[in-house]
Amino acid sequence: MTPEELDQIAEEERSEQGKYTQRVNVCIAAGCLSCQSQSVKDALDQEVVRRGTKDHCQVKGVGCMGLCSEGPLVSTSAGVLYKKVEAEDSPALLDSLAGEPVSRLVCPTDVPFFQRQKKIVLENSGLIDPERIEDYIAANGYSALIKALTEMSQREVIDEVTRSGLRGRGGAGYPTGLKWSTVSKAVGAQKYVICNADEGDPGAFMDRSVLESDPHRVLEGMLIAGYAVGASEAYIYVRAEYPLAIKRLRNAIRQAERVGLLGSNICGTRFSFRVDLRLGAGAFVCGEETALIASVEGKRGTPRPRPPYPAMEGLFGKPTLINNVETYANIAPIIRNGGEWYAQVGTEKSKGTKVFALAGRVENTGLVEVPMGISLREMVFEIGGGIPEGRKFKAVQTGGPSGGCLPTDCLDMPVDYESLARAGSIMGSGGMIVMDESSCMVDVAKYFMDFCMTESCGKCIPCRVGTYQMHRILTAIANMTATEQDLKMLEELCDLLKHTSLCGLGQSAPNPVVSTLRSFAEEYRAHIQEHKCPAGVCGQPAGEPL
Amino acid sequence: MVSYLAKPAPPNQDKRWKLVDATIRRQGAQPRGLIETLHTVQEAFGFLDEQALRYVAMSLRVPLSRAFGVATFYHFFTLKPAGEHTCVICMGTACYIKGAPQLLDAVRKDLGIAPGETTPDKKVSLLTARCLGSCGLAPAVVYDQEVAGKVSTNAVREHLKKWTVA
Repeated sequence: MTPEELDQIAEEERSEQGKYTQRVNVCIAAGCLSCQSQSVKDALDQEVVRRGTKDHCQVKGVGCMGLCSEGPLVSTSAGVLYKKVEAEDSPALLDSLAGEPVSRLVCPTDVPFFQRQKKIVLENSGLIDPERIEDYIAANGYSALIKALTEMSQREVIDEVTRSGLRGRGGAGYPTGLKWSTVSKAVGAQKYVICNADEGDPGAFMDRSVLESDPHRVLEGMLIAGYAVGASEAYIYVRAEYPLAIKRLRNAIRQAERVGLLGSNICGTRFSFRVDLRLGAGAFVCGEETALIASVEGKRGTPRPRPPYPAMEGLFGKPTLINNVETYANIAPIIRNGGEWYAQVGTEKSKGTKVFALAGRVENTGLVEVPMGISLREMVFEIGGGIPEGRKFKAVQTGGPSGGCLPTDCLDMPVDYESLARAGSIMGSGGMIVMDESSCMVDVAKYFMDFCMTESCGKCIPCRVGTYQMHRILTAIANMTATEQDLKMLEELCDLLKHTSLCGLGQSAPNPVVSTLRSFAEEYRAHIQEHKCPAGVCGQPAGEPL
Repeated sequence: MVSYLAKPAPPNQDKRWKLVDATIRRQGAQPRGLIETLHTVQEAFGFLDEQALRYVAMSLRVPLSRAFGVATFYHFFTLKPAGEHTCVICMGTACYIKGAPQLLDAVRKDLGIAPGETTPDKKVSLLTARCLGSCGLAPAVVYDQEVAGKVSTNAVREHLKKWTVA
């Protein structure tokens, strides 16, 4: 593959697509697929064939369009987005291509949910076919890789990433450029690149969506990273629970190998790179980098003390670069447009955009990409469309089981790494779950503690025993049998786990408890002193879902 | 010595061992291929029994204790055969606050089994998931690989009735 050949593929694909005067894009990412979008696409395909308009009307399966709660979503070349489309609607949709939109299905796009977004990572989502490399190449795909390989030195690539101010999107926010630089300086003939696609946080589905909508983008980011740090082998560690993402990744790797973008001597340079998949097997702790490495090596996913950091001694004892899916997805645009361009977006310390999975009790649930520094209020009430059924906002939970619940008085806080940490939560991988007055904060804290207790790998005692004891106390509080003494013990345990656990799982396990104790102390008090649950969740027989 | 290093023969004539052998070969019969190989076994046979674990351990030259350790460490692996149908209820945060516990209670009551168990007639297995990533459609349930979103208690009951009656 030479730059000219890449241009040629892009040119051919564009002229091929130029033949079509009408286009219908159907979302075939997991969210819409579970609303039967495949049958919608099949029906559209059949209808096009029946009408004999196959030559100028293209029906294409594309990635996620964001508004998952209104799926299946269909967009047309007439510039209209349709929601909740069914197979029977296909003739009407095709008629609308040359006429009036089908008003009963129209999904307005001039609302904040779409207007407030800024798409860098998701720029191709919903536009290209995730199963065809040609479509990605026609959308400027792999041009950043060619640029890096042919015009830039390894140092220049790292400098560009450093200039962009990109920070790890897995949650901790470690500067990506610095990490790359450390791995590139590490001594060793064999180095590895790992992509962490073990999205274990409940309530987060950004990585899944990126992998399902634009898998080549992640590969391109990994290739550039491999070139920059001097690695020749890479693994993508992806959850076995995401079969569609696995299928599309496998397909993407095969396609890239076929056209010579993966393999030996890429673009006629000395750079060779191979990517293999490793399937996770459902262990939350494997999101921690040393546990993930153990799992890639075929062992139980238990973390080990750091240092040595993986950048020095990682996979099979060799220097290893580990980044998250979204971090890699940011690389290609940074190389293409320059680090300064990327650094214009966002706040002083948190640059660029972040993809959030907005879920829970908000009107619009789905995937959004916003500039760093947007306020929580904008996220929940403008993009999210507010709380349904006229209920009152209570808290927004970020960062999954390692994060915290942010109450009403945090609503005007900007969303960036530092502000969230100050408020007692973390950025996390990007799950954002909105809760209203029907959620009990003690119950939520108990839920997360149950999660951490089950997911604790059992290697270190503070985490293994501490999470069990904390869960026991939280259960007692929820059952209204706890005493003030228990509450004091709970606070002590929070401190103990935070400071003595081996890895991030145990250290951050108390976060949901600490943050709810801080902002919703009166709820704990009501359970303990007045033996009642203000939200009416605890101690109630289960009924119909609300 | 030769017999120790030689690759053991599959436990029986079942054709599915060919798939397992292919994975073992692809991993170079190295210990690092343990998780990948167990994935293949589970995909082919539905679960991991002692015979399979022994065979995989021997082929990859890892102690049986390590194979068993890995198989029990990860939630995705199961040592018991599943029922004819599986019903997975997502207990992710978004599903949890939108009523997944109520769904689980209803199913437990109807089937009389706890999560991770199979009904005595081997018809239905009940499982819970950490998060399916279908949070936009909470609460979500997977009926035999098919994800259903915004599920109500009645809907899940109806669906299970179809399985248990037929």
